[in-house]
Amino acid sequence: MIDFLGQVVMWFMEEGRWLGPDGIVPRTVEHLWLAALPMGIAIIVATPVAVWLGHRRIGEFSVNAVVNVGRAIPSFGLLILAAVFFVRAGAGLEFWPAVVTLVALAIPPIFTNAYTAIANAPAGTVEAARGMGLTEREILWRVEVPIGEPVILAGIRISLIQVLATVPLAAVLASGGGLGQYVVRGFAQGTPGRAEVFAGAVLIAILTLVVDWLFTRVERALLPPGVRRLSDTEVRAAAAIS
Amino acid sequence: MTVVAQERPFFDWSWVVRNVDQIWEQTLEHLSLTGFALGVGLVISILLAVLALTRPRTYEPIASVSGLLYTIPSLAVFALVAPIVGIGTFAEKFVTAEVALVSYTLLILVRNIVTGLRGVPAETKEAAVGMGYTPGQVLRQIEMPLALPVIVAGVRIATVTVVGLVTVTSLLGLGGLGFFILNGLRKSIIFPTEIIVGVLLSVLLAALLDVGLLWLGRRLAPWAKART
Repeated sequence: MIDFLGQVVMWFMEEGRWLGPDGIVPRTVEHLWLAALPMGIAIIVATPVAVWLGHRRIGEFSVNAVVNVGRAIPSFGLLILAAVFFVRAGAGLEFWPAVVTLVALAIPPIFTNAYTAIANAPAGTVEAARGMGLTEREILWRVEVPIGEPVILAGIRISLIQVLATVPLAAVLASGGGLGQYVVRGFAQGTPGRAEVFAGAVLIAILTLVVDWLFTRVERALLPPGVRRLSDTEVRAAAAIS
Repeated sequence: MTVVAQERPFFDWSWVVRNVDQIWEQTLEHLSLTGFALGVGLVISILLAVLALTRPRTYEPIASVSGLLYTIPSLAVFALVAPIVGIGTFAEKFVTAEVALVSYTLLILVRNIVTGLRGVPAETKEAAVGMGYTPGQVLRQIEMPLALPVIVAGVRIATVTVVGLVTVTSLLGLGGLGFFILNGLRKSIIFPTEIIVGVLLSVLLAALLDVGLLWLGRRLAPWAKART
């Protein structure tokens, strides 16, 4: 055991381990970019549609369908299938198959939470706003969206957790996959790769937890005063069900 | 890994016909990996949930730790456990995979069991105590059955999640449907048939187990039909 931990420490101290082309710093940047780009796309695509449908309170059936189908499709399988399509289309494996998969993975929680958040705004409050003469647009932006913000942000956080969990799997495809590269490469080597597998896993776990924690900070800053943030336990419990 | 755009048929039925035995074998292995994880996860979760309810101060730590386990990516959990347990023999690989899979079920199951048990009306429990039930009998004969619909809902979600995660255990060199997904990718020319079979069967398995558990839940708790 001591011997093994020594190997892990040695791994971290190898030449070029931090800043080299395959180093931890560039791999971390790649990892974050591979998570941030799909998240951005998913938010831009899913939120407006969900908010609009939620405001009109239509399409609940399709929302449920999105959740159920989304949950049953294994992200690992989807990733590899996307790779097959890209290769057949003559494109590379490096980057885009992972981006497409991650966008598909990120959309369901963002979509369903945004829909639920808006559609479940207290009917009394919405009616009162309408009675006060607010236009539909004002009701949406000044009543429903602020009230729904914790749930909308929770959906984004759930997607972020799932996307961060899948980014390392992209290392199976090619030389990408951020920090996942160390783990996949280590596994392929068998016992001699043990230290690299372990070191990669530690890095992935730390990065995920740090990003998740940073998101809660951003969340707190974004929420309008008077609206309560959902606790970690509430969000993760919701993550488990969406 | 060579990657060439190639003229191979997109879906080759003859491969499926030739490999029916192996497909069946891997499906069974997928099922046993899933079933084992859920069985162990359920036992641990029931114990944790009962602990959380009898000593309310333990609930927050239990929820945070299972939440933390859920947040850590599956690949990282496999990779953290693998060097410690080893991935040489089948038994070692199996344990490595199960530790990770079980850790994913805990959040979902504990949460639903606690919610279910908390939802049992206090009067019902008091009536049972008044009738002379011991605390153990109240739990087994009154609270558990009444909480069953919520617990089954949790088991369904955990099952579908685990079926998807088991596809990743192929990276450890274990079987299951992920074997085909990885194998199709690792051939010198990518072989889509194998990948599609792996993915479709995994989705099908998740759907069948989901519907099966829904049916089982209704059989076990027919009075709750309207709620599930």
